[in-house]
Amino acid sequence: MSHYEAPIREPLILGEKSYHDITEDIARPIEGKANKNWYIAFSIALVAMLWGFGCIFYTVGTGIGVWGLSKNIGWAWDITNFVWWVGIGHAGTLISAVLLLFRQKWRMAINRSAEAMTIFAVFQAGLFPIIHMGRPWNAFWVLPIPNQFGPLWVNFNSPLLWDVFAISTYLSVSLVFWWTGLLPDFATIRDRAVKPFQKKIYALLSFGWSGRAKDWQRFEEVSLVLAGLATPLVLSVHTIVSFDFATSINPGWHSTIFPPYFVAGAIFSGFAMVQTLLGIMRKVTNMEAYITRLHVEYMNIVIILTGGIVAVAYATEFFIAWYTGSPYENYTYLSVGAATGPYAWAFYSLLFFNILTPQVLWFKKVRRSFVCSFIVSIFINIGMWFERFDIIAIVLSKGHLPSTWWRFEPTFVDVGIFIGTIGFFFVLFLLYARTFPVIPTAEIKTILKSSGESYKELRAKGLSTKPEVVIVEKNIEATSSDKNTKA
Amino acid sequence: MGASKVVHALYNDDEVLLDAVKEIKTAHHHIEEVFCPFPVHGLDKAMGLAPTRLAITAFMYGITGLSVAIWMTNYMMIQNWPQDIGGKPSFSWLENMPAFVPIMFELTVFFAAHLMVITFYMRSKIWPFKKAENPDPRTTDDHFLVEIPVSGDVAELTTLLQSTGAVEINVIDKH
Repeated sequence: MSHYEAPIREPLILGEKSYHDITEDIARPIEGKANKNWYIAFSIALVAMLWGFGCIFYTVGTGIGVWGLSKNIGWAWDITNFVWWVGIGHAGTLISAVLLLFRQKWRMAINRSAEAMTIFAVFQAGLFPIIHMGRPWNAFWVLPIPNQFGPLWVNFNSPLLWDVFAISTYLSVSLVFWWTGLLPDFATIRDRAVKPFQKKIYALLSFGWSGRAKDWQRFEEVSLVLAGLATPLVLSVHTIVSFDFATSINPGWHSTIFPPYFVAGAIFSGFAMVQTLLGIMRKVTNMEAYITRLHVEYMNIVIILTGGIVAVAYATEFFIAWYTGSPYENYTYLSVGAATGPYAWAFYSLLFFNILTPQVLWFKKVRRSFVCSFIVSIFINIGMWFERFDIIAIVLSKGHLPSTWWRFEPTFVDVGIFIGTIGFFFVLFLLYARTFPVIPTAEIKTILKSSGESYKELRAKGLSTKPEVVIVEKNIEATSSDKNTKA
Repeated sequence: MGASKVVHALYNDDEVLLDAVKEIKTAHHHIEEVFCPFPVHGLDKAMGLAPTRLAITAFMYGITGLSVAIWMTNYMMIQNWPQDIGGKPSFSWLENMPAFVPIMFELTVFFAAHLMVITFYMRSKIWPFKKAENPDPRTTDDHFLVEIPVSGDVAELTTLLQSTGAVEINVIDKH
């Protein structure tokens, strides 16, 4: 048994499971055939993705002018999507790193999928600044590499360049963290595989993991240190994203509250997206025994907490905008001007989806309901998109001079690229759900005896979780052949 | 007669395994290797494995990353092509340092994380196209395999292993 757990705690693994049952349950979706629903979902996502790619080609071929931007609103829909996707990408590393440091064992059922979500979301986020460059083939100019212009180096004073470093570090470190955790689980699939092609693929993916005691010792140390490194990293990424706005001199953006409030908002939206995805996945892949009501409740508690931080930040922004008495502050995204102006619908959507909706989670019945959590999570996803849209479009729509006032209206290309990234995200996630062990098989086995339902019952009766040692006489097999070939 | 004999004892429970390893060690047998499907806490101590120094390497790699960031920002922004950006001239690294903090932080993490993981892969000999070396496919599912080289009486060793709760014992000629 790896650790002591109070008997009063609810089990994290339901039913009577053995180590072998866990392997079977997690390998089943990979080894079985996809059902009709999977194909329907995949086809829709694929069509959306292709539509988005079409819009991207159109943008690159024609120019950024096909978007609804103007000289006053130079960023709008695309950067909204960028920040939205980066925010979603925060929950994965938070779950795997911060919750590991806090020894929250419930993270084990959800961390693999949350990390997958992180990586796929950051892919989508990364697309937007690159497309927005207009000439994406020059994207490598953001890297500090010697060039023929002098060399003219990148500007390390710019928050946009900090973003390049933060996001590429975040993406690559998350990917390595995820993959290292996957190695033993790929090895499990490899050693079970019957089809030769499948065996070859998983042998390649598992990097030849053998599970020696020393490997496990190093594995655990590496996981812990990576968690320690990823924790400040995850906080730094959205802090730096918020610097894109906070270091500017626009009223409504130039705000010292942005870094902590963006980080809280990112965790808020990231957990909402995890709820959305796992709500579907636990049904589709039959993981009901591992992703339980308790997991949903714990995630909802994180959502209430971070949603509360976001609500307080909104209130502060609104109050300060009014309290300054400055006419320029009267059209920031949280101000009387915004509440009564042409973007009032976006202002009230933000309040409804992000402040009102999460309050229903104070009720235990709602918090523990799969359906309610799913609906609330969708609402929060929408609300967090509005938050970024409001910050960007409302603030830019009314500049210092009335002659610069302009209303942003998206074109079909703006919308098409956004839909395309949602499609691309689901294409990746659906492929992942069919080919990767969606729950960390090895890790969840370590908590079976402390948090499994049947083992908890055993301990409640005062019995040991260690099985009785039965001496089997006729079990010695002497062979001269090398058994290594068996593996 | 170059072949040496090893005993492979399979267990199907982590607590039984941990007690067995302790008993085998008390009986003064050398444990060559233990293959596990998941990390068993306390196994490294029971086997007498030295603690890993990967965390120390991560610290050193982090310092390297920080140094690279300091060198890079100083060379590119101050030495090679100093620019006056937004009325903020690049006279000295120290004065411009606050703007470089995000870069210094990110590169520290980047170097520490990636180089530590590469070190781990190299030390544990895991990389793409590497062939797995676990002797039995069940060791990635629910079985634990203890490999003990045979030095004396095989029968005596197998009796000991049986009494510790091994579910299967194989004597193997290792080439």
